[in-house]
This record gives sequence, C-alpha cells and structure tokens, in this order.
Amino acid sequence: MTAGEAFAGKRWHDMGGELAGPVPDADHDFALWEKRVDALVMLANMKGIFTVDGLRRVLEDMGEDAFETLGYYERWVGSLNQNLLEQGIYSVAELADKMAEVEARGTTYGTASDAGA
Amino acid sequence: MPVPDTFAPGTPVRVRTLMPPGHVRTPAYLRGKTGAVERVLGPFANPEQLAYGHPAQALPLYRVRFRLGEVWPDSQTPNDTIDAEIYAHWLEPL
Repeated sequence: MTAGEAFAGKRWHDMGGELAGPVPDADHDFALWEKRVDALVMLANMKGIFTVDGLRRVLEDMGEDAFETLGYYERWVGSLNQNLLEQGIYSVAELADKMAEVEARGTTYGTASDAGA
Repeated sequence: MPVPDTFAPGTPVRVRTLMPPGHVRTPAYLRGKTGAVERVLGPFANPEQLAYGHPAQALPLYRVRFRLGEVWPDSQTPNDTIDAEIYAHWLEPL
C-alpha cells in the first residue's frame, strides 16, 4: 500500500456492502490448539489486558495476504501475541526462550516430553 | 475530536466522509450517506481508542436507518431500509 492508497478509502478488511457470493456451510471441528487460542483471548479480555477491539486492530493491520493464506485461529494467535507483547505481558526475548523450550519437547502430543518445562 | 450533542430519534444525519488509516469502526460503504437516527443506544467506550489500549471516551452510540436507494443507487428496492450502529463522532446533523 502506498501513502496515497492509505487515504483513498476503505481498507482491505472493510467488506461490508459488497457482493460476497455463496456462504460456505461445511462443518468442521476445532483443533485443541485453536480452542486454547480462543480461551487465551477470552482470558486476556476478562483480565483487562486487551479487548476485542485490540484483537481486530491487529487482524486488520495484517493485511489482505494474511487473510488469504492463514487460517482463522492462525490470525488470532498472531494478534493475541502482538497484543500481549504490546501490553508487556512478556518480552520478545522471553517468547523466544519459551518457543525454543517447547520446540525441544517434540513435535506431537504423543512424543512430547515435559522435561525442562 | 468534537462530539456533537445527543441527537434525538428522527434526527437526519450524515455519516462523515473521513478516511483515516487505522482502526475505524464505521463501514466505508456508509461514509457520506444520509440517514436518520432510529434510536439512541447509550454511551459506550470508543472502540477506536480501546483498539490501541488507550483510555476510551464514552460516546453516544446511535442506530441509524438508511434507505437502500441512498446507500446503493441501483437498488431494486430503494425504499427498504438498512440499520447500522454508528458512534457520535462519525455523525453530523444535516
């Protein structure tokens, strides 16, 4: 987006009023990690760390490409993380250490070990 | 940003034609359109401030009713209506 386009009108997420085509109605279940992301967003809201408005703001800032390539909860976990970083709940360095620690446990629930957790 | 006095139900209003970047809580397809206040919903914290983690001003939130013919000039049912909930700072009296 150029500086000019930023002021040209609506942003990518602002789809209201446009023709949308058929609504997909395929049913599906949620993965455990998706339920955990949902729970964390609700918990952060209840604790006053950030609101649904902050969640939306980061989702909008991700841009159209993220909307086309990432899943719903993949976008949510990105927004959750950004908001928690901004509010100082943890630092980037702490996040990096934790991610390395979790990665070292293994790649599946079946083989994961909590050693060092 | 100035906030107008509370609009009574029935007041004709125009959605302000502002196009700022950032988190905006008024859909683009209604900006610049004219409708009328259907009801006053009460004061709510401005979500455009909450979105950035800032203390938020309590603003009147209105349900505004628009004719389809006003929003979409080629509408097949121009006298049907659409309601939208819009914060005070996005509205100006006619």
